Amino acid sequence: MSAQMNYLDGNAAAGELSKIFAIDVTAAQGQCAHCGTKKRFAEAHLYMQCPGLVARCCVCEHILLRFADVRHRAFLDLRGMSYLCFDTA
Amino acid sequence: MGAISRGFSGRRSATDVKLPPGQYLTTDFPVLSAGPTPRIALDKWEFTIGEGTNVLKRWNWKSFRELPAETITVDIHCVTRWSKLGTVWEGVSLDTLFAGVKTDAEFALVHSYGDYSTNLPLEDLMSTQAWIAFRFDDDDLAPEHGGPARLLVPHLYFWKSAKWVRGITLMHEDHPGFWENFGYHNYGDPWREQRYQGD
Amino acid sequence: MWRVGTVVMLHDETTTARTITLEVPDWPGHLAGQHVDVRLTAADGYSAVRTYSIASATSLEKRVELTVERLPNGEVSPYLTRQVAVGDRLELRGPIGGWFVWRTEQTEPVQLIAGGSGLVPLMAMIRSRAAFGSSAPFRLLYSVREPGAAFYCDELRRRSENDRSLSLTYAYTRATPKDWPRPPGRIDAALVEEAAWPSKIIPTCYVCGPTPFVESAAGFLSACGHAADKIKTERFGPTGGRK
Repeated sequence: MSAQMNYLDGNAAAGELSKIFAIDVTAAQGQCAHCGTKKRFAEAHLYMQCPGLVARCCVCEHILLRFADVRHRAFLDLRGMSYLCFDTA
Repeated sequence: MGAISRGFSGRRSATDVKLPPGQYLTTDFPVLSAGPTPRIALDKWEFTIGEGTNVLKRWNWKSFRELPAETITVDIHCVTRWSKLGTVWEGVSLDTLFAGVKTDAEFALVHSYGDYSTNLPLEDLMSTQAWIAFRFDDDDLAPEHGGPARLLVPHLYFWKSAKWVRGITLMHEDHPGFWENFGYHNYGDPWREQRYQGD
Repeated sequence: MWRVGTVVMLHDETTTARTITLEVPDWPGHLAGQHVDVRLTAADGYSAVRTYSIASATSLEKRVELTVERLPNGEVSPYLTRQVAVGDRLELRGPIGGWFVWRTEQTEPVQLIAGGSGLVPLMAMIRSRAAFGSSAPFRLLYSVREPGAAFYCDELRRRSENDRSLSLTYAYTRATPKDWPRPPGRIDAALVEEAAWPSKIIPTCYVCGPTPFVESAAGFLSACGHAADKIKTERFGPTGGRK
């Protein structure tokens, strides 16, 4: 992978995030708090080659979500999203 | 603990190599990043040392490269468990950059181009412990490894060696950076295996 | 969260890729396109987790097939492709993913574009479609390095020969079979235009492979007029994790 394409997408985060989300997160629709873009979480740019997991808006690259599983605790930062909408049907 | 997988041992190191606890030796140079690689034009690059809103010192690429630099060989240890020994860098010592700076601040927050930051005690940047490095392995530092310049603080876990370094803010109170306020250890000494908060 | 599967079959797809069939007694079933996390644990408790797409069809069976490609410097894939034996047990978490899926209730035409091992989840879709008896028309564009690197060749040929509504196009990037009409090279806009469903058919598109492949393939689909909300993507790459 070239340096410019050093990301995966929200699909790759689903397993880790299943530790804390009861509903599949990849199909959830979210809005970027920075640029307002609305996309499915599966479409976020995902950086996993780092101490935690960072999901970024595929349009403006601002952080949507951070997750770190540090041994016996899990940290979640959702500041970068105005909302995440899950289908609970 | 998970069910044992027959015959699986993961990455292991030769036992004659002394590494910090929990690390394995790598011969390649993994690229870890929390975001896209910033592309910084050299004619726009600058490095500043500041305190509060005051800029104490500022260099552009030209004035930075006129500073005396040195070649150092160090071992680096990443919190994701890989260690790379005998890495060769060229950089300007933080002692050189801080020459003439008068401050009673005890803490530093290091900023990168992009949204990354990391914090450490000011004394860990001094006394030949840290450099702003611009060459690795006899070549210009590649963007994916932090080029044009990165902080290099090899005695701490490598997340403290901020890539794409932009400046250092001096502080009287400690302020956690990107990973430090997210479960990772505030100091990060690999030899005491300080990976996470509470270690 | 973690289930234990027993390896019941191993099958080499290529010189570097192997399909592992696991029997998982409490498997809840899966949709085509979903994946699992596999966790390996060493005797001292060290563990490594990697993500693999499910290759097998949606079914009532308590079985899961994974096709694993061996990465040169991999930590887990060499173990899965060379050391794992029938009778071994592997821990799985899943099925995971609810977006990049094809459901048997879908009736619209489908365009699949695979780069290398990105074929795996799309093969689960092809197999599910057949198992269910779906008549949704499928087209697959499969980009691969060379003929020897392609997965499931015989099965794909057999399926497409027996089913007029499944059509295949291969694209080779490094070396082609003898007398191949197209010289080796990456997929381009012209090939996608020619091989894929026209956008006016409004197919649901699934693109899977390494990130640069997915970006360019999805870009070509957009350029052909396929709407963004009709293109689903899944990017493959290193997911190295320690937990």
